[in-house]
Amino acid sequence: MRKYLNVISAYTIMLGLIILVGFLQSWNVALSILNFCLISAVMTMGANIQWGYAGLINFGIMGYTALGGLAAVLVSVPPVREAWQVGGLNMILCVFVITFIVFSIRYIIKKYKKSNQRGFGITFIIIAGIIILRLISAPAIESIEAVSPATTGFLGGLGLPIMFSWIVGAFFAGALAFIIGKIALGLRADYLAIATLLISEIVIAVVKHEDWLARGVKNVIGLKRPVPYEIDLQSKEWFINLIAKINNGSLNLISGTLEKQAALHQLVIEASTVFVKLCYAGLFTIVVVILLIITQKALYSPWGRMMRAIRDNEEAANAMGKNVVKQHLLIFVLGSAIVGIAGAMMVTHDGLFTPGSYRPMRYTFLIWVMVIIGGSGNNFGAILGGFAVWFVWIEAAPFAEYIINLLTSGLAENNQLKEHLINSVPYFRYLMMGTGLLLIMRYKPRGILPEEIKHS
Amino acid sequence: MDFLNAIILLLNYIFVPALAYGSQLALGAIFVTLIYGILRFANFATGDMMSFGTMFAILFTWYFQSFGISLGVLPTALIAIPFAIIFMILYMLIIDKFVFSYYRIKKSPPVMLAMVSIGVMFVTQAIVRIIIGPFDRRFFDGEKFILKANEFKEITGLNEGLTIKSTQVLTIFVTIIIVSILFWFLNKTKTGKSMRAYSDNEDLALLSGIDPKRVVMITWIIAGIIATIGGVLYGLDKSFKPFTYFNNMLPIFAAAIVGGIGNPFGAFLGGYVIAFSEIFLTYAYKKFFMYLLPESLEPNTLVQLLSTDYKFAVSFSILVIVLLFRPSGIFKGKVL
Repeated sequence: MRKYLNVISAYTIMLGLIILVGFLQSWNVALSILNFCLISAVMTMGANIQWGYAGLINFGIMGYTALGGLAAVLVSVPPVREAWQVGGLNMILCVFVITFIVFSIRYIIKKYKKSNQRGFGITFIIIAGIIILRLISAPAIESIEAVSPATTGFLGGLGLPIMFSWIVGAFFAGALAFIIGKIALGLRADYLAIATLLISEIVIAVVKHEDWLARGVKNVIGLKRPVPYEIDLQSKEWFINLIAKINNGSLNLISGTLEKQAALHQLVIEASTVFVKLCYAGLFTIVVVILLIITQKALYSPWGRMMRAIRDNEEAANAMGKNVVKQHLLIFVLGSAIVGIAGAMMVTHDGLFTPGSYRPMRYTFLIWVMVIIGGSGNNFGAILGGFAVWFVWIEAAPFAEYIINLLTSGLAENNQLKEHLINSVPYFRYLMMGTGLLLIMRYKPRGILPEEIKHS
Repeated sequence: MDFLNAIILLLNYIFVPALAYGSQLALGAIFVTLIYGILRFANFATGDMMSFGTMFAILFTWYFQSFGISLGVLPTALIAIPFAIIFMILYMLIIDKFVFSYYRIKKSPPVMLAMVSIGVMFVTQAIVRIIIGPFDRRFFDGEKFILKANEFKEITGLNEGLTIKSTQVLTIFVTIIIVSILFWFLNKTKTGKSMRAYSDNEDLALLSGIDPKRVVMITWIIAGIIATIGGVLYGLDKSFKPFTYFNNMLPIFAAAIVGGIGNPFGAFLGGYVIAFSEIFLTYAYKKFFMYLLPESLEPNTLVQLLSTDYKFAVSFSILVIVLLFRPSGIFKGKVL
């Protein structure tokens, strides 16, 4: 029990803080912080598998998140039949061409030894393939994007429940990670970091500008929800009764039926948004718990031990007959798949997909700050990092405003310095993140909850 | 005549802008490469450090402008640069003293230092945004054009105009001066040689009596000078916005790696490689072919290899290709 004391106390403090926000600001804010904390926790678990278990540095988190979001769109949006009619055939043909190119290159690489001819052959196939692809796809893309561009203008998805996308997103992200891993995993650590960062930018560029896929920067809005809508809830008999029962005490104080009705109505509206957020929180908690159990089991399995061995001494592990390259690729794919789940979860929560909002600051570097601060190699630490950092990220602005007001209380209301500082309150979150990261790296380099090695 | 028109077209839309953009990237890439070669880590705070220096240049420009000081046809920012450099160097030395030196003395792995540089990135970004705000700012003053399209048409009688902005010429000119001084310094002076020795083999350099503290300090000073000048030139040519500077880190990294990280000459050329390929691949050649080909063969599409949306993606793809086939870069990296 003593061993878990710091874990339990850290989580209690964290939940206490969120509840405090609920009392001080509003339950709506507190619950949306909690939801995003849970999503961040999933992301950090993915990054932690790669960095903490295997020592692989992956700055491409943004790309996997976006692919997870893309999966949510492609799974849940109903197909646009008209677009499929005008351009679907050509797009399917393109998929076949791409598969053909990939397999023919694979065949050549397998069949022939490395030589200049082989190199030229492969280059020729790639260039010819790209030209053919352009010829097939260009008219199709044009006609797809012309199908009522204000609302659709893309192929649409499968029209399935959006929850499926959490799995599909994992597969999307895993597939991308497989390709990136094949290309870049042999590189040195800092090269790998830069390469993954830049490749994720390429992914974002594609998602942003291929409008036929997911409308690009025109955004997809109004995605289906796995939880009830507020409007529906407000007219449901059982929900109103429930709210009336919970607030029985305060409602009884109000005299007059009409006023009582109005007060109840207000309460129902407030409660419906909270209820929806609670539903999301429940769903996300289930995902986090399942992932936590799996990753914990994996960490203390022979496989996890092997991963740590590879991380700590690659050559020795290699000499023991462990296939380092294969295991690295595996863990790269697994970690990225988890990040993909988080991406799909986030789009499900928001109900919209905005490719323009994927920026490395928020989706790559912030996640890394979470992993480092929380404690790499320890799943509980990584989740705590996700919670703590997201909490600070959101609450930094009000906190900074409070501090600035306190410090400059001696100055006049229209003092220039004070006004300038108040206006730049949103940027204090960067300052807090940066100093937090630097302090943790200096004085507690293994994070708040450091990795613990069980010797069995 | 048509042939000349075609050439002028390419000069105007590809060659001149690419040369200016390439120079800006080259300065950034040299900054990255110096840090990587001597201090041995990938500096993720590159873009933000450049914006930090530029911010001071802008503040001084405003200060001088309020006194009515100006350089006439040249931008006032040129007088502000030396003052900005002083602040930049101070900032870098302070960061090194309080942040990086600890890890360097402990001989932490390079990844650790890269992570620390992310912390520095956050802090620098916050400072810049708190002081000057996140907005787009133009601080160019003086004569904007050296050659206007209309004037050029009048002089030569061609259909196509050639526009040369004074900032473009300034950028190329200053870059050449800075880079030649740098190479002279690295190759001819004793301090420069000691820096190269330190980069090449740290232990051997220490044995032969090179003071590591001095080498590190001089590296930060040179890096500060180059970062400030590169940032100011970019800001003069386009505009200053902290977010753009942060994003510029990515093509700068690409340029440094393509040229061979740790190799200043490689970084210098890498900047141009990235800039030219970005603009070459995303330019629509329709008009160019209209001049060259007979009317019957004129293309009816834009003849654009990639849409301009993929400008950044081009440089990253080049990087991926280089990493795949020549991980050490085009010009063998890792020797300063």
